[in-house]
Amino acid sequence: MALKMLLPASPASCLLLLVALAGAEAASDSNESANSTAQDAVSARFAASSREPAERISVFELDYDYVQVPYEVTLWILLASLAKIGFHLYRRLPRLMPESCLLILVGALVGSVIFGTDHKSPPVMDSSIYFLYLLPPIVLESGYFMPTRPFFENLGSILWWAGLGALINAFGIGLSLYLVCQVQAFGLGDLHLLQNLLFGSLISAVDPVAVLAVFEEARVNEQLYMMIFGEALLNDGISVVLYNILIAFTKMHKFEDIEPVDILAGCARFIVVGCGGVFFGIIFGFISAFITRFTQNISAIEPLIVFMFSYLSYLAAETLYLSGILAITACAVTMKKYVEENVSQTSYTTIKYFMKMLSSVSETLIFIFMGVSTIGKNHEWNWAFICFTLVFCQIWRAISVFALFYVSNQFRTFPFSLKDQCIIFYSGVRGAGSFSLAFLLPLSLFPRKKLFVTATLVVIYFTVFIQGITIGPLVRYLDVRKTNKKESINEELHIRLMDHLKAGMEDVCGQWSHYQVRDKFKKFDHKYLRKILIRKNLPKSSIVSLYKKLEMKQAIEMAETGILSSTAFSVLQQAQRTQATKRLSPEDVESMRDILTQNLYQVRQRTLSYNKYNLKPQSSEKQAKEILIRRQNTLRESLRKGRSLPWGTQVGAKNIRYLSFPYSKPQSGRRNAGAAEASDDDSSGLGLPFITFSARPQLGSLRESRLAQEVIPMKSLPQATMTVPFRDGRDPGPGRRTVARPRPLFFTLEEEFESRAESDEEASALRVRWTAERGHSREHGQSHSPLLRRK
Amino acid sequence: SQACLLRLHHRFQALDRNNKGYLSRVDLQQIGALAVNPLGDRIIDSFFPDGNHQLDFPGFVRVLAHFRPVDEEDPGVRDPKQPEPLNSRMNKLRFAFQLYDLDRDGKISRNEMLQVLRLMVGVQVTEEQLESIADRTVQEADEDGDGAVSFLEFTKSLEKMNIEQKMSIRILK
Repeated sequence: MALKMLLPASPASCLLLLVALAGAEAASDSNESANSTAQDAVSARFAASSREPAERISVFELDYDYVQVPYEVTLWILLASLAKIGFHLYRRLPRLMPESCLLILVGALVGSVIFGTDHKSPPVMDSSIYFLYLLPPIVLESGYFMPTRPFFENLGSILWWAGLGALINAFGIGLSLYLVCQVQAFGLGDLHLLQNLLFGSLISAVDPVAVLAVFEEARVNEQLYMMIFGEALLNDGISVVLYNILIAFTKMHKFEDIEPVDILAGCARFIVVGCGGVFFGIIFGFISAFITRFTQNISAIEPLIVFMFSYLSYLAAETLYLSGILAITACAVTMKKYVEENVSQTSYTTIKYFMKMLSSVSETLIFIFMGVSTIGKNHEWNWAFICFTLVFCQIWRAISVFALFYVSNQFRTFPFSLKDQCIIFYSGVRGAGSFSLAFLLPLSLFPRKKLFVTATLVVIYFTVFIQGITIGPLVRYLDVRKTNKKESINEELHIRLMDHLKAGMEDVCGQWSHYQVRDKFKKFDHKYLRKILIRKNLPKSSIVSLYKKLEMKQAIEMAETGILSSTAFSVLQQAQRTQATKRLSPEDVESMRDILTQNLYQVRQRTLSYNKYNLKPQSSEKQAKEILIRRQNTLRESLRKGRSLPWGTQVGAKNIRYLSFPYSKPQSGRRNAGAAEASDDDSSGLGLPFITFSARPQLGSLRESRLAQEVIPMKSLPQATMTVPFRDGRDPGPGRRTVARPRPLFFTLEEEFESRAESDEEASALRVRWTAERGHSREHGQSHSPLLRRK
Repeated sequence: SQACLLRLHHRFQALDRNNKGYLSRVDLQQIGALAVNPLGDRIIDSFFPDGNHQLDFPGFVRVLAHFRPVDEEDPGVRDPKQPEPLNSRMNKLRFAFQLYDLDRDGKISRNEMLQVLRLMVGVQVTEEQLESIADRTVQEADEDGDGAVSFLEFTKSLEKMNIEQKMSIRILK
């Protein structure tokens, strides 16, 4: 008896281990197949064994059916995530192919496993599940991350292109396929017009955003970006609307009964559905923005509000048979501007990341399911239909692109070049949307559904793999062909300077568009909407908070570090002595060019780079930090000039609004006054601190050492020298000079805070810190010479 | 154009925080995006020629006029006796030259080049590399061997570049 119990127990324990492994770590194929095949064996065995000792309580139990669906879904998602990690580890790969390729491959892999083990896949893809749960996150994410200003500037072109383009594509493909079907030789005679139209509408749903990452390198211009974005955004909505209308047609009448009235009603319905959805979305957006105004104290529910309201807008629109997709898009766009200002920083980050996560999950599931159904028995292959589908897709897309843009170019101020149009044409990559729509075709109305599914799959595979992989080189080829290859270093530097200059000038000009409507909207927005929808306290820009963080870090580090090696001084002197110009070999020039290209600061981009699959940490943040630190140092340098000036009155005159900016702003007020004198001092003033910190890099962590560099001067000065103006002795030796400079600055800052009447909490905090500074430094006042002697 | 001037005036007024009627440096520094522009300070300084601290509207427009897109008209048609319009290529180049040449001596010395380089390059580049790059830059452009780049040499080194497009802001048309 006991032996019999042991026998099932030991394989059960091995299997339990396997189960645990599979659940915890990477699900390799062998595991999964072993799992699935073993489960059946085990359950059979347990069924058998449980019949014998009816009263025993089994020590190990296994109930796979209970967890099957969520278990496998989780495994799929994990597998896809691991694949993505691998994909991004090999850095060249994301530039070669879009991430959709990867997801499809993973899906195909899972599909082959499931097929191989004859396992029944969980019913992930069901019409209601798709439309209710899988689709909204994807659309929400694309609506939320869309840059709104360029979108609205190009709204006319986008609507024209996306709307009409989708319609042209759908009807064009449908009609041409119908004509092909009429040819008896292909055996497609039973596909009537409506079915073809429906197929046309679902296959015209493109997903071009997936390829954006691939040709991002080529720095396509903003207009092109927006076109592709706008198309992706509106395209899904329009396809689904068309799809639903055509399905309604198919259900309602037989083909012969359709009258012109119905067609007109269909068109009217199209418009009503579209606009109604948008209207709903906007209303919900405003409501949620209004609510977030009051959530200061419970910031944990802010993401919840955002998501729930968007979802609610989707559902509400769907209830009335309006376009939920357009509703949720409009809601996201409306909500974003106001919610961003209202919610706390952490909520904002949470919302972003959570949105990305949800949409990734949805898309992964859809793609995996696509892979699963690729390798299966439900296919019908018909050479003619499939090939013609492919051909017509490309042809009609080309027609719609070139025709529509030819027309819209007449009205645009910045016309699209032929090159841009080629890129748009070639980026017509299909994605998960068309597959889902194809899969959800009701079998009753479409006896040849399998044919459609197969054709859709072929089109998707073709476009994603072949077009996706070749679009990168194509775009680069189109771009590179125009520019000359080798520029001298001179040119590169000057070009970059001019780009920065232009960006700066554009910022000075501010942003305005060609459209009066937008200006009026902005005014309306400022006067009414913002008052209602945004909280009372001042919004803090990210630059401001970044600056404050930097200041605090700097102060803390200065308080902490007292020691540093003074090798910097000697390097500094050496660096200044290498004045002789050398003849440089070409390799040196090459290396210089490489250094420049890698290290020159990027010009501020208007449109932030968008990646559908992850949130890229902004490299511009790091750059902004460095620039801000430098500016701060220069401001400190110039402070000494303005030290004796009556900045006190200046500061007092400024209102409290300045405090929301970093406190260097009042400094700049002083700098303003101080710059009047000794402007020739500027160049040499700028020179040294840069030498001091740029000589530092070889010593490891930059900022700490840079700050520590300033520490020595500050602490090594005896107090008496504080009041002496340092304008005498232009060059009393580099080391001495750096030593001399920054100490009084901290005094001026200190006094400057005291003169300010407002008790901003930041000011008081900084005051506390700076007094701590001073106290600390006073102790080290006597160690002036030992520190310098450490050279 | 008229509409453009109107918009610029609106912008001028929007930038002018205390309605003083002129802009000071502080007002321009309030523009957040300029703070993270590596050349931000220099750009602001270029608005205030000759050490003024107040910028009135004509001055504002004058500087921005450098960035107007160049008209595609036939240059021969223009009256040669009139001064060149501010957005001609030469004037655009002169404006850019001023960004380098802080001491206004008409030449970009090696030090000035080095400073600009420092502003524009990240912190990973060492000082020696920067110096050699600055040397090389001056070397390439310098023809009369005086170790500095005069305005003519500057112009010559950029003769292949499409300055008119690089330094034009479309909305200022």
